[in-house]
Amino acid sequence: MITSLLWLIPILPLLGFVINGLGRNTLSKGAVGVIGSGVVLASFILSVCFFFELSSSVEKQFTVNFFDWISVGDLKIPLSFLYDPLSAIMLLIITGIGFLIHIYSTAYMHEDAGFGKFFAYLNLFIFFMLILVLGSNYIVMFIGWEGVGLCSYLLIGFWFTNSNYASAAKKAFVMNRIGDLGFLLGVFLMFQVFGSLEFAKVFPQSANMLQGNDTITIIAILLFIGACGKSAQLPLFTWLPDAMAGPTPVSALIHAATMVTAGIYMIARSSVVFDLAPIAQNIIAIVGAATALVAALIALTQTDIKKVLAYSTVSQLGYMFLGLGVGAYTGSFFHVLTHAFFKALLFLGAGAVIHSLHHEQDMRHMGGLKAKLKTTFATMMVGTIAIAGLPPFSGFFSKDEILAHAYQFSPVLWGVGVLTAFLTAFYMFRMMFLTFYGKFRGSHHTEEHIHESPKSMTIPLVVLAILAAFGGLLNIPHVFGGNEWLAHWLTGAKVTQNHLELDHTTEFTLMAVSVLAAIVAILLAYSKYVKKADIPVADEAPRTALEKLSYKKFYLDEIYDTVIRKPLDAFSNFFYKIIDNKVIDGLVNGLGWTTNEGSKSLRLLQSGNVGYYIIMMVVGIVALLAYTYWFIA
Amino acid sequence: MGSIFENMQGVPLNHYIWFCAIIFTIGVIGVLVRRNAIIIFMSVELMLNAVNLLLAAFSVHHNDASGQVFVFFIMALAAAEVAVGLSIIVMVYRNTQSIDINVLNRLKW
Repeated sequence: MITSLLWLIPILPLLGFVINGLGRNTLSKGAVGVIGSGVVLASFILSVCFFFELSSSVEKQFTVNFFDWISVGDLKIPLSFLYDPLSAIMLLIITGIGFLIHIYSTAYMHEDAGFGKFFAYLNLFIFFMLILVLGSNYIVMFIGWEGVGLCSYLLIGFWFTNSNYASAAKKAFVMNRIGDLGFLLGVFLMFQVFGSLEFAKVFPQSANMLQGNDTITIIAILLFIGACGKSAQLPLFTWLPDAMAGPTPVSALIHAATMVTAGIYMIARSSVVFDLAPIAQNIIAIVGAATALVAALIALTQTDIKKVLAYSTVSQLGYMFLGLGVGAYTGSFFHVLTHAFFKALLFLGAGAVIHSLHHEQDMRHMGGLKAKLKTTFATMMVGTIAIAGLPPFSGFFSKDEILAHAYQFSPVLWGVGVLTAFLTAFYMFRMMFLTFYGKFRGSHHTEEHIHESPKSMTIPLVVLAILAAFGGLLNIPHVFGGNEWLAHWLTGAKVTQNHLELDHTTEFTLMAVSVLAAIVAILLAYSKYVKKADIPVADEAPRTALEKLSYKKFYLDEIYDTVIRKPLDAFSNFFYKIIDNKVIDGLVNGLGWTTNEGSKSLRLLQSGNVGYYIIMMVVGIVALLAYTYWFIA
Repeated sequence: MGSIFENMQGVPLNHYIWFCAIIFTIGVIGVLVRRNAIIIFMSVELMLNAVNLLLAAFSVHHNDASGQVFVFFIMALAAAEVAVGLSIIVMVYRNTQSIDINVLNRLKW
């Protein structure tokens, strides 16, 4: 294998960033689009070539060492890449979906003044994301981790002249920072324990440690806190819905398909460590299930099409964490893969709707778009069915693998999972029905201008729809006579996997229950939103208490505001008004004042009377002599 | 009658010290209480010479010539100082028609 060429994959998008960044004002939009998409396409082609080389190779893990980046005492951090089945799949997701979204953006962002800047940022994001998944140690991973956070910040606040959008970007950045602190502490502790941060050294060493070892548990929990921030889990998920302030392709690429799955990638990568920490695993499973449920409940009443998808993303990420917590690492990773397909598709579809309605995002002003946006409707329908988990679409396989493992772990978690699946099917079809069925509820002027999006937007939709429909075939479970290709493939990356010990009858029953739940949810949504044409009421209109709780997002933002922001504000105010203004300024000003006032009174000694000067001089000399006589001699 | 050296040695050192202290104190008091610039000047000379005498006395007492070398330096210095000081007094007189030091009450700030 020619692993020495591996560096080309991340370097190409970086090159695109440099060219587009420097030429953002001089290059034509066509050139920017071609360069921006071209470099990602080139990376994708390279990733595909490497993928095939890897699958034909016996050796499954390649470490490519470039140079020693940091070398201080015992600490040696090389800049090196690890290419194995796990990173291979991630490379394909990032560059493949990334490329489709770049193509889509050339049309979506065409009217925007910051076209060049946008592509530069997107390329930079791809670069950092590739670094994240290619790094062969936690530090290189952390560089990518922070880099994608930066790009996420830049892209959420892309339309920074709107101060709401700018503060959404800040919120995302700050909340990610909270998680990053946990990640960093985990990495430090790991270095202390293992003396190295290379995956290849840490994992074999940790395998020798006892299960449930305290240190390992703490490391696992700290790493999970990092994943919580990046992958928007309770209690740090509130940034992700606000991140919808960014352009829609950004939401599709960063906040659905790639960056937010970095936490899951990191935990799957460290599965050896997490397997040794059952307490941490339980926490992950519970947090994941809770997040999945809470976000799904919030999504039930949202009216902004992108917000629905955002909460759905949070909920699906919760699913993945549930899977990680119950030891279904490959199942979770499989869900990352299928989720990347259908959620990117749904976001891009929503973007196409928004685009054709001139930036209208409120579903209360949509409706009846089925006839006018045929391709968008058809592709989004595929995505919706996939996320609802109906067979044989991709979401069915990945979701049911997680659910089966959850059942084996604890039937309660399985119950929460099925409830969430029910809610997911309901709110996703609610979104579809409100958007595409019924009568158009927007202004007459808008209605006349509705048009299907250009080819460069619909083709990515179609490609993603095909992937969303058939992506599930990658990992057909044994119960259907499949061979679980993905699970076998990932064993090459030393990703551990709990064995599923349920008999086939149980497995079929579980699947039947979740599919039935989804179908019931769809029928409910149909009767409520199509038959009764029940349109969500205006913001100020009265709601029932439960509805309001969901509509107001469980008042989480308000709670954080009261519990964290306000005390912090009061604390800062105290320091500003009392400590800084009174104590520190008082000290400095007081010193000046004392000198001034002291000089004013001392000045009077200089009276101008020569006789007086002489007396003072003599007195001074006598005093000096007296001092010398009594105290020194 | 012996040499000056022997005569000086004949007087005990204590006498010199007391004598010089008295002359010096007279000088100090003169400087402090008089307002006539020239008298003050003379009192300063008195202090200088008290010190000179004391230096000479100690020089003999310790049998060390360097004390007397100092005396010469001080005398040369005093001569220069007198030249400058007297010319200042002359200028003061020209400007104020007086050599009373209290007239010079603007020597401040």
